Amino acid sequence: MSEPQVVFITGTRKGIGKALAEHFAKNGAIVVGCSRKPVEWDLQNYSHHIADVADEAQVKQIISTIQKTHGRLDIVINNAGIASMNHSLLTPGTMVDRVMQTNLRGVFLVCRESAKVMRKRKYGRIINFSTIAVPMNLEGEAIYASSKSAVETLTRVLAKEFAPYGITCNLVGPTPIDTDLIRAVPKHKIDALIESMPIKRLGLFADVINVIDFFVKPESSYITGQTLYLGGVS
Amino acid sequence: MKNEPSAIRALVLAGLKKVLEESGVTWEHEPDDNASLLGPQSILDSLGLVTLLVELEERLEDEFDLPLTLADERAMSQKSSPFRTVESLASYISTLLEEESQSV
Repeated sequence: MSEPQVVFITGTRKGIGKALAEHFAKNGAIVVGCSRKPVEWDLQNYSHHIADVADEAQVKQIISTIQKTHGRLDIVINNAGIASMNHSLLTPGTMVDRVMQTNLRGVFLVCRESAKVMRKRKYGRIINFSTIAVPMNLEGEAIYASSKSAVETLTRVLAKEFAPYGITCNLVGPTPIDTDLIRAVPKHKIDALIESMPIKRLGLFADVINVIDFFVKPESSYITGQTLYLGGVS
Repeated sequence: MKNEPSAIRALVLAGLKKVLEESGVTWEHEPDDNASLLGPQSILDSLGLVTLLVELEERLEDEFDLPLTLADERAMSQKSSPFRTVESLASYISTLLEEESQSV
């Protein structure tokens, strides 16, 4: 029997991150997760780190621990992210900094450190999160969508730079899902957004997991630098 | 002392040989202190140099328990790149280690 895969997922305290941790653990992987606050749940084959992905030293520490404990890292899912949903005229500069720190700097740091471990086995799967707010240029999401647009470009460049090391980098672009991220958005705005999408419903965790399962398959070694939007958005 | 210049040069050479082996590069003459790491004479391509620097950062962290960043702004801004040869890279690493030991 082959050794279990080691998966690192950021932002696992709740929502999609937690669902992903449960999914991979259930399927026999060793899962390492992180969040800024402690988790209030237990999961077999799961270990948790309290960390801010925008903190370079903390990211280095987690990846170094994974290397020393497990000797490998197969899959990284950069799920941690924060949203700022507001009109640009009402968005303070400090919010811009916070969103960019977590959504761009955090993703970059995790990708960089993870790739250093993955290169040793010439194998790795990195999944980053975009959003349909990027192709749809959604009003009220200027900073969030811009940060994810940056993540898309980052991922496409990393896909090229990491390809010689056998590491693929892809993106999933979810629609709104019923999580804390959209809880502050008025219902009529979510309804209007859903109405403008080809497939008119909220996304499910299972929709996101399905795309990630595809990207992380060993057979997906010829797929990198791609963004797959959900709900028929393109 | 493991941070003597000769030990650092040996560490760089060991890292270089590993990167060359991994990339399937064979050499006529054993790489030495004068081995060129940059430019047309280099025994590494640009990706090979990146891989070497990552490999050395890891070896230095294992050896000295110090997270050194080799390709920082300072290295990039020097008129004469510290990554020219094994010797110049080893010398640059020695300088960084010396500074780190003084700052502790």
